[in-house]
Amino acid sequence: MLVEPGTLGQTVEEIVQRHGSLPTRLLQILREVQDSLTWLSPEAMDVVAKALGLSPDKVCRVAEFYSFLYTTPRGSYDILFSDNITDRMLGSRQLLRYLCDKLGVGIGQPRADGRVTVGVTSCTGMCDQGPAALVNGYALTALDKPRLDRIASLVNQLAPLSEWPPEYFEVTTNIRRADILLGRHFADGAALRAVLKRGPEAMLEELVKSGLRGQGGAGFKLALKWISCRDAPGAVKYVVCNADEGEPGTFKDRVLMQEYADLVFEGMTLCGRVIGARQGFVYLRGEYRYLLEPLTVTLQRRREIGLLGKNILGEPGFDFDIDIHLGAGAYVCGEESALIESLEGKHGVPRIRPPFPTTHGYLNQPTVVNNVETFAVTAKIAAEGGAWFASRGTLESKGTKLLSVSGDCERPGIYEYPFGVTVRRVLEDCGARDAQGIQMAGPAGHTISPKQYDRRICFDDLSTGGSFMVFAKHRDILDGMRNFAHFFVHESCGFCTPCRVGTSLLCDLVDKVHTGHGARADLDEMRRLGRIMKAGSHCGLGQTAPNSVLDSLDQFPEAWMRRLRSTSYEPAFDLDASLGEARRLSGRDDPGAHLPDEYSDMVRLAGLLAEREAPLSDDERNLLGVMP
Amino acid sequence: MSKLKVATCSLAGCFGCHMSILDLDERLFTLVDLVEFDRSPITDIKQIGVCDVGIIEGGVCNAENVHVLREFRSHCNILISMGACAITGGVPAMRNRFTLKECLDESYISGMGLLDAQIPNDPEIPLLLSKVHPLHEVVKIDYFLPGCPPSADAIWTFLTQLLSGQPIALSYTQLHYD
Amino acid sequence: MNGGPLFTIDDHPVLFQDGQTIMEAARAAGVYIPHLCFNPEFAPHGSCRVCLVKVNGRTQASCTTPAMAGQVVQSETEELRDIRRGILEMMFVEGNHVCPACEKSGACQLQAVAYYVGMLASPFTYFYPRRALDASHPDVVIDFNRCILCELCVRASRDIDGKNVFAVQNRGIQAHLVINTPSGKLGATTFSITDKAAQVCPTGAMMIKNQGYGSPIGSRLYDQESVKIVGDVAQVPESEGGRRHE
Ligand SMILES: Cc1cc2nc3c(=O)[nH]c(=O)nc-3n(C[C@H](O)[C@H](O)[C@H](O)COP(=O)(O)O)c2cc1C
Ligand code: SF4
Ligand code: SF4
Ligand code: SF4
Ligand code: FES
Ligand code: FES
Repeated sequence: MLVEPGTLGQTVEEIVQRHGSLPTRLLQILREVQDSLTWLSPEAMDVVAKALGLSPDKVCRVAEFYSFLYTTPRGSYDILFSDNITDRMLGSRQLLRYLCDKLGVGIGQPRADGRVTVGVTSCTGMCDQGPAALVNGYALTALDKPRLDRIASLVNQLAPLSEWPPEYFEVTTNIRRADILLGRHFADGAALRAVLKRGPEAMLEELVKSGLRGQGGAGFKLALKWISCRDAPGAVKYVVCNADEGEPGTFKDRVLMQEYADLVFEGMTLCGRVIGARQGFVYLRGEYRYLLEPLTVTLQRRREIGLLGKNILGEPGFDFDIDIHLGAGAYVCGEESALIESLEGKHGVPRIRPPFPTTHGYLNQPTVVNNVETFAVTAKIAAEGGAWFASRGTLESKGTKLLSVSGDCERPGIYEYPFGVTVRRVLEDCGARDAQGIQMAGPAGHTISPKQYDRRICFDDLSTGGSFMVFAKHRDILDGMRNFAHFFVHESCGFCTPCRVGTSLLCDLVDKVHTGHGARADLDEMRRLGRIMKAGSHCGLGQTAPNSVLDSLDQFPEAWMRRLRSTSYEPAFDLDASLGEARRLSGRDDPGAHLPDEYSDMVRLAGLLAEREAPLSDDERNLLGVMP
Repeated sequence: MSKLKVATCSLAGCFGCHMSILDLDERLFTLVDLVEFDRSPITDIKQIGVCDVGIIEGGVCNAENVHVLREFRSHCNILISMGACAITGGVPAMRNRFTLKECLDESYISGMGLLDAQIPNDPEIPLLLSKVHPLHEVVKIDYFLPGCPPSADAIWTFLTQLLSGQPIALSYTQLHYD
Repeated sequence: MNGGPLFTIDDHPVLFQDGQTIMEAARAAGVYIPHLCFNPEFAPHGSCRVCLVKVNGRTQASCTTPAMAGQVVQSETEELRDIRRGILEMMFVEGNHVCPACEKSGACQLQAVAYYVGMLASPFTYFYPRRALDASHPDVVIDFNRCILCELCVRASRDIDGKNVFAVQNRGIQAHLVINTPSGKLGATTFSITDKAAQVCPTGAMMIKNQGYGSPIGSRLYDQESVKIVGDVAQVPESEGGRRHE
């Protein structure tokens, strides 16, 4: 513990007071309390509850909901490896084991001396510079064995993070292709001057003309959203920037927040002027903790030069300011209504919609929620005009899109294309020569096979929030599917039945097939589960969670088939292993104490293949009874 | 037309479902006009032959259950999971809330009135699985007939519909989980 | 039929008032849509998903979807029955539902809805979670094995009783019901048998002590007629085998 028990109350009180004792700051408060105590003990949560006048279960609800908040002790150094498939492609699993061995810890268990915990977490958004990890919330990139050797000794020496080599924390932006958003210079304040000069109504007209649709994935028409919020009854309105970027394989919002924050803030301020809001929030995912200080500096600079705060650009009554809230490890909080719950300091279960945030958002007031990229684009449109923007793209999808390209390619990074670009073109540009498939728009998106490489990236064909993960020929596509299935189990909020239970059932089946224990019947059950989850789930998470499994069953049937046993049915569990406990307890090992498995050779082989990630040899095909 | 062959057995069940079959009373005469019983507690035939229909009560709790169930699956064209225990694990599966060690300790080590307390290791006694499972987790099941036990009426409706090739449609009062 | 806005469910016209959900309007019109987390005395919750219907071709929860004029709602289709059945099948494998050993059997709305959608068995793999049973309270037993997280007790205790005895903690498949005391025991709370929260559980997760197996098999709440006719267990008076206090 970094804080003596006697001073716990004082430490917590100070933090609570710094946040104005506001319950809406609960999540921020808990993050900071944990930063000083390493975990949230029942006593600490109790003090927080009392200081905020909340019932203890509310505080506990929040603490237990977010995966970066701990209600059991953690090490002083908390190291979490990013567990996205792109990190795994770069060898993250081996590195994880390597570091655990080096430090003498088990995964997720604090070391006996309480100094360190090593675990895994969902994609940290460093797919173009993995394998990545977080240490006490700060991003580590480009990990390799030498770095881990050094990290292990820094941990053992109790070196503060400020003494770690700064290059370990270096996050590069890897902008590989720039178009109208990333390429053209933008003069700070240009959008705000334009709205002051021409008025909000004219700006809205430009936005209508531009045809801009939300860049977070769903593609809702931006101007409609702003107009509906502007027209909604309510004296106080809010602007929220969705920088949760939780979709594995996406990192373009990180790049915008790192290099183009002014553009994003300017878009938010513009929105404030257009809809009549004075307060904006950036909901920054916890994984981007390292951006908090630089962004705070940028906000301050903008206040100083009159682009934020009171009487912006000298215009009386043009008041707008921006606060940054940090998330704490919950993909579902990217869903706009869960995000608002989280902004209010609560756990992030999506609300019932309708009503939508435009009428009942933050604190039940009209609220615009847009993606980072969307806000950045609005600032450009305000400065350069809607027609200029609409000159790029397709009929239904105007303008450009940032793609986050990662996986098996020579040049991972950010690519800005006019909407309508083909998958093939992107593959050529990023140097992906032998792609057997793409996971588009993240695990919730589409699994694409080469047959579809001429499809176009736009809302009328392949819609995307920006994730583009490439699988080369030598990969086992099912490794990806399994990784995604586990991701959704971990990220389901647990509110509704089909997603809470369905993600686990589906994941168990994917595991079963992947480890060579599956049969035809399991694939049929996966399809049925997928149907139920898509149709039945409360929010987009559960509705899209089965997409990658369902798509890959259609696009890569052979990847699934070759893992199947030749039987039509296989048991749900390992029968012989299930006798293991009784064998131990009775001391028996006679033949009757076993349940022979006629397929055991094949199981072993399938297991080996799963490890090896290589195509089948002819002998192996024969043994597995796979059709050529 | 030769009669359909039917086999039945009880795994981790209480024979309640078989008692319910006996509750068919005089309808049993009609039934034996239609089918011939192969292995079943009713005939006392111990070795199963090739059958059209297998009906199993009780879940799977030990190695022997697995053998018998596999044998039924390989000998029967249609396999029916009958009763709550076969379908959900039922009351025997309530032991799944404890570890196997806790169960065996309670029965053989710390239970009352035990002399020379020890966990049995006789190869004649089938080993327990770490959990009790429903049949459909071990073999493919073609039909489910719920109830604890299903009533004789439910069994009759089910069998007559099955044997005449109709879809199974139990009436409201025949569909029960208890 | 006199004026007012209309929509149709399975081709039957349903009159509704502004602000009503499809579920509320259907209920008022005597059209049954299966449900578990919906209770007309509480704000809609939308978590069980059993009440799914198709609204103009899109699957939505009827308990949370506002009724609108001209909506074409489908409810009793084979496709929806299969999805509803699938959701019920998930509930049965997620918890430990040993109906033969459950005092609520026969008067359990979960069971009754499963009968209604024609569920014979769950084809999924059983989770067999290890969950506790809390008999610390003098009058009430909580059997967490049978909780389906409908949060009706949570809502009743918080919003009507003003006691906030129950809560859900954690997330995903780890989500579970807890009792809001440091010991986690119901006996340590001010919970009382007369609370609204004691009258709303659709399953056997919450049971009044010393009442077990009150009615013989054959005359229990849902033994003769389906939930469509009998209604919710929370709406039927205790004297008739339901949970509502007179
Ligand atoms: C599970 C889930 C996660 C989401 N995550 C994000 C996210 O990280 N960033 C984002 O901008 N939108 C995300 N969305 C979409 C938002 O709900 C919302 O549509 C979006 O922020 C609106 O902004 P836009 O119109 O500018 O795209 C997510 C949706 C779901 C269902
Ligand atoms: S689909 Fe349901 S359980 Fe899944 S994240 Fe959304 S609300 Fe939560
Ligand atoms: S709560 Fe209902 S479904 Fe669950 S065991 Fe009891 S009677 Fe069966
Ligand atoms: S105890 Fe009953 S009322 Fe409460 S959440 Fe569980 S099932 Fe619902
Ligand atoms: S033996 Fe028939 S239900 Fe248990
Ligand atoms: S009744 Fe509508 S979701 Fe539960």
